[in-house]
Amino acid sequence: MKFVENVKADVTTDIVYMMCPMHLLKLQEKIRELDEGQILEIMTDYDGALEDIPGWCEKTGNEFLGMSETEDFYKFYIRKKARRK
Amino acid sequence: MRKCYFDHVATNPLDRRVFDAMTPYFMEAFGNPLSLYDLGAKAKEAIENARGQVAALINSKASEIIFTSSGAEANNFALRGIALARQHEGKHVIVSKMEHHSILNSARFLEKAGFVVTFLPVDKHGIVEPEIVKKSITKETTLISITHASSEVGTIEPIKEIGRIAKEKGIIFHTDAVAAAGNIPVDVKELGVDLLSMAAHQFYGPKGAGALYVREGLRIVPLIYGGIQENGRRAGTENVPAIVGMGKAAELAKDEMAARMEQSKKLRDKLIKGVSGIENIYLTGHPENRLPAHASFTVEFIEGEAMLLLLAAKGIYAASGSACSSKALKASPVLLSMGVSSNLAQGSIVFSLGKGSTEEDIDYLLAEFPQVIKRLREMSPYAKGWGTKGESGECIPQK
Repeated sequence: MKFVENVKADVTTDIVYMMCPMHLLKLQEKIRELDEGQILEIMTDYDGALEDIPGWCEKTGNEFLGMSETEDFYKFYIRKKARRK
Repeated sequence: MRKCYFDHVATNPLDRRVFDAMTPYFMEAFGNPLSLYDLGAKAKEAIENARGQVAALINSKASEIIFTSSGAEANNFALRGIALARQHEGKHVIVSKMEHHSILNSARFLEKAGFVVTFLPVDKHGIVEPEIVKKSITKETTLISITHASSEVGTIEPIKEIGRIAKEKGIIFHTDAVAAAGNIPVDVKELGVDLLSMAAHQFYGPKGAGALYVREGLRIVPLIYGGIQENGRRAGTENVPAIVGMGKAAELAKDEMAARMEQSKKLRDKLIKGVSGIENIYLTGHPENRLPAHASFTVEFIEGEAMLLLLAAKGIYAASGSACSSKALKASPVLLSMGVSSNLAQGSIVFSLGKGSTEEDIDYLLAEFPQVIKRLREMSPYAKGWGTKGESGECIPQK
């Protein structure tokens, strides 16, 4: 897992304590709303997100920048992919 | 025989318009809101419409409403969900002694789980003094929960003032508005609450539908785990007809509130004036700051249960204390906390009016109730007073 610090996100979504698979549904919804190249920060306490979010990024072509950890939850950073010209 | 239902705080009949709104969702539009085909989409649309209607009733955003199965579930969810979500900041919770069992017992659960709970005292009218709330706050306090209005004595609490204190101190504030929402104006922004519980059957919606308002951005640990219903915060396939009914009932309550309140208040004042003429009977709760349809009393020297039975035999349906305490034949903890003696608390009676109540109903009650009291006092061993106290604290009747 890639750990990052001081990533400046354009949009943050807090889904701490929301049940699985909200982390994937919110991720999809929020990424759709972003402009190309913008960064999404997603906060969740769901352990399964450690695999799911990088996996989702790989599948969809969005860039997984990395994550950081607090005592209670994780923060994941994803950059929206640029559309092919 | 005339039938007069004066127990609207226990529950209400469904409004016919609510019933009509609900019926298509039992057998025609029966889909699961999570299903992707049109039947599911129709159910989902109905739920979201209801969410908007409920939000409009309390001036919140639709996304801030989480549907539950009852007011009690909403209260459990609020107390546990916030206490657990913020336990890393502190483990002190404040509630009042006026609260419903769903708050008190949730608070006791938290105590067993290692939290410290302060049960605030109230004054003789059942008012939670904001200054006492302020003094009870510690560095560890993360949550305050105070009822909006008591279903037992009708008192409306100073929620706005308490909300201001909670905000100043950065503490989450929940109010149990089950008896208030749909019956008096409730505005979450004006009140300054972070969470608010309500129940549909308190305003002519169906039983089995409640809601918790959770201010946007607030984290809450779920009470029921499972799927992604209610934005991943409350699992379980939605009770679509009941939710639709709650939405419609909320819409009607909002539109008709002023007229309902005016009519109830007029009848309630007549009832209080009439009953107050009976000897040794006392109004409980606040004389002015009370629910417009609510009249509650304690009657000396007789028991509430006996009054209920004799009144029911006359076709008059009322309550004695809260529905739960009444069934357990227990002196009401709410009345005791207001300083009412345990003897007098046994003689508690609550009349709560509804939109179908009439002047004739009040006249009938005022004609029958004094006779019921007279008959019971004639039979009561305490008719001449509570007598003296025995060695074990029991009352020995005066001869």
